[in-house]
Amino acid sequence: MQVTSRKFKENSSKAIKDDDLRAALNRVKTGFTTARANAASELPEFEDLRNKSRDIKDGVLENLDYYLEYFEEKVLAQGGHVHWCSNATEAKAAILKICRDVDAKTVTKGKSMITEEIALNRFLAAEGIEPIETDLGEYIIQLADEPPSHIIGPAVHKTKEQVTELFHEHHQKYGYTEREEDAEKLVGEARAVLRHKYVTADVGITGANFLVAETGSTVIVTNEGNGDLTQSLPKTHIVVASLEKVIPTLEDVSTVMRVLARSATGQEMSVYTTFSTGPKRSADIDGPESFHVVLLDGGRTEMLGTELEELLRCIRCGACMNHCPVYHAVGGHSYGWVYPGPIGAALNPQMVGLEEARHLPNASTFCGRCEEVCPVHIPIPKILRHWREKAFEQQIGPKPERWGIELWGFFAKRPTLYRLVTGIAAKVLTKIAGSRGRIKSLPLLGGWTSVRDLPAPQGATFMEQWKKSGRGAKK
Amino acid sequence: MTSRDKILGRIRSQKGRGPLDPQKAEELKAKIESHKHNIIPKRAQIPAGEQVDLFQRKMEALLATVERVQKTTDIPARIQDYLTRHNFPARIKISPSPKLMDLGWGDIPTLEVVTGAGAEEDEVGISPAFAGIAETGTLMMASGPETPSTVNFLPENHIAILDISQMKGSYEEAWDSLREHIADTGMPRTVNLISGPSRTADIEQRLIMGAHGPKTLHVILVGDGT
Repeated sequence: MQVTSRKFKENSSKAIKDDDLRAALNRVKTGFTTARANAASELPEFEDLRNKSRDIKDGVLENLDYYLEYFEEKVLAQGGHVHWCSNATEAKAAILKICRDVDAKTVTKGKSMITEEIALNRFLAAEGIEPIETDLGEYIIQLADEPPSHIIGPAVHKTKEQVTELFHEHHQKYGYTEREEDAEKLVGEARAVLRHKYVTADVGITGANFLVAETGSTVIVTNEGNGDLTQSLPKTHIVVASLEKVIPTLEDVSTVMRVLARSATGQEMSVYTTFSTGPKRSADIDGPESFHVVLLDGGRTEMLGTELEELLRCIRCGACMNHCPVYHAVGGHSYGWVYPGPIGAALNPQMVGLEEARHLPNASTFCGRCEEVCPVHIPIPKILRHWREKAFEQQIGPKPERWGIELWGFFAKRPTLYRLVTGIAAKVLTKIAGSRGRIKSLPLLGGWTSVRDLPAPQGATFMEQWKKSGRGAKK
Repeated sequence: MTSRDKILGRIRSQKGRGPLDPQKAEELKAKIESHKHNIIPKRAQIPAGEQVDLFQRKMEALLATVERVQKTTDIPARIQDYLTRHNFPARIKISPSPKLMDLGWGDIPTLEVVTGAGAEEDEVGISPAFAGIAETGTLMMASGPETPSTVNFLPENHIAILDISQMKGSYEEAWDSLREHIADTGMPRTVNLISGPSRTADIEQRLIMGAHGPKTLHVILVGDGT
């Protein structure tokens, strides 16, 4: 997809004024967070399972080459194919070749963030192959020609009225000429339209939540059942997955499964968890005749052994964005690339370049809730701090910002001078504020004071008070 | 150099090593093959009778319906009742499994019984479950020539038949049981873990049943576990 992370500030200013988006984000803020808290408190072993899940993922990353080769061997043994792809271009070429080999005209798709990452739909359409998204949320945003705004709820930003209009516009050709306003009936309409497409599609493409080394199985987790219809009805099934999704055993999947849905939607278990292993067997009466796994690196191996490695633990549950005050304020599209929220802010600078994504690591209050709820304990604030340092080192930010930091750094390295200057500044600010105790505008701080007053310092600095209390001198 | 070699090479150089030394590789292999359980929640470690109750409670909370029958021969009449009660058509698609085909459907002449894979026009599909998992109210369905997976997904309404002796506490016990069952033939083409009927919350986060998979799920538990 088109990267617009550079415009984060403009994107978020627009988002904040969008009333429909505000209403949608309020639902995320209350719905997902309460559900997760309830699910976590109902399972006494939840914290132990989170720790174990982290350890499982770390074990995989330590020996990723071994598990990938093991997985490949098992897929081949079942009659499937594995396509190793270093980047998006290779992955798209591999998928196109498979589609061409079966002369595909239409492709049904289950939800897959990796196909968003490589912008597969646009590519297939340009090659004359019609991609049809089947997850309801993905279907809605495909009709709207928009990227997803949330990892697990791609259309979370859309109102029912907007869905009504989209379906009215696109479903007339199927005989739905009336505007449908009931949510239940809208779902029924999408169900009816897509039903026949599942049966007639030439290829089904799904993502993968896990790739099981032990058995060569790929695993998808859904609530709608669209992924299952997508992969069992067409003659060809293509799984598109990034390589860090590999996991050693069925037991390990079972452990991580216990934290995945609980962290994501607050369900104990998603409705459908499906393990696919190779094409149909000779005596089977349904299932795909060929089974392909497209394994994408896409810059991930370069993160191994670096301070970014922990990001590769991510199981894409969306808990970090569900709990993020910045995401709640600006929504997913503001982030300007496939992965929104805290995980996007930490990952996108690596994937699309720090220059392009330089605002994202700053889109954080460092409140730490993302790390607190992450099922695999990814230290997102630490990684955002890493990117801020990198941006400073590489002189990526605007000059006034860098000069400000350098100036602050000059004083911070000289404690006596720092105390002297902050002591004076506190007194001056108190004076400016006068009896109101608030400052309405300050030079260079317009960004802050244009929307709220700056409270004036109350009395002496911390160091002065500390000294006065006598505690500082005890040692 | 192929992309495969490049990717494996990058992994190794980032980790500052070559291919794993044979001893380490053996260790990892042994670990995979040991099928060792990780943490099993206490709620799953309960006696068989309680497992059935927990399974039913969890399934019902997921908006599925559950009923129990003593003998397999009771199933056709119960299904007939169920269809009538819900005003479903008197036509069922059943998996081509002797477990279902030999239940004595002939006793209900008004019922049209079709055997095979799931199809677009099916209103009711009936399939046998491989196991039940009490922990979360989950069915384990294993595909095969007698158990095409499309019967679980294409029909508007799904009825699953589960022998109580195949009730397990946790996913891990169900995997152990599946491994024993398939012996050396490898995983079935597909294993479906199903917890309730299809649903979506993609429109304004409101829960709506019957997105793409079955709109209803009915589970018939058979026997007393002996």
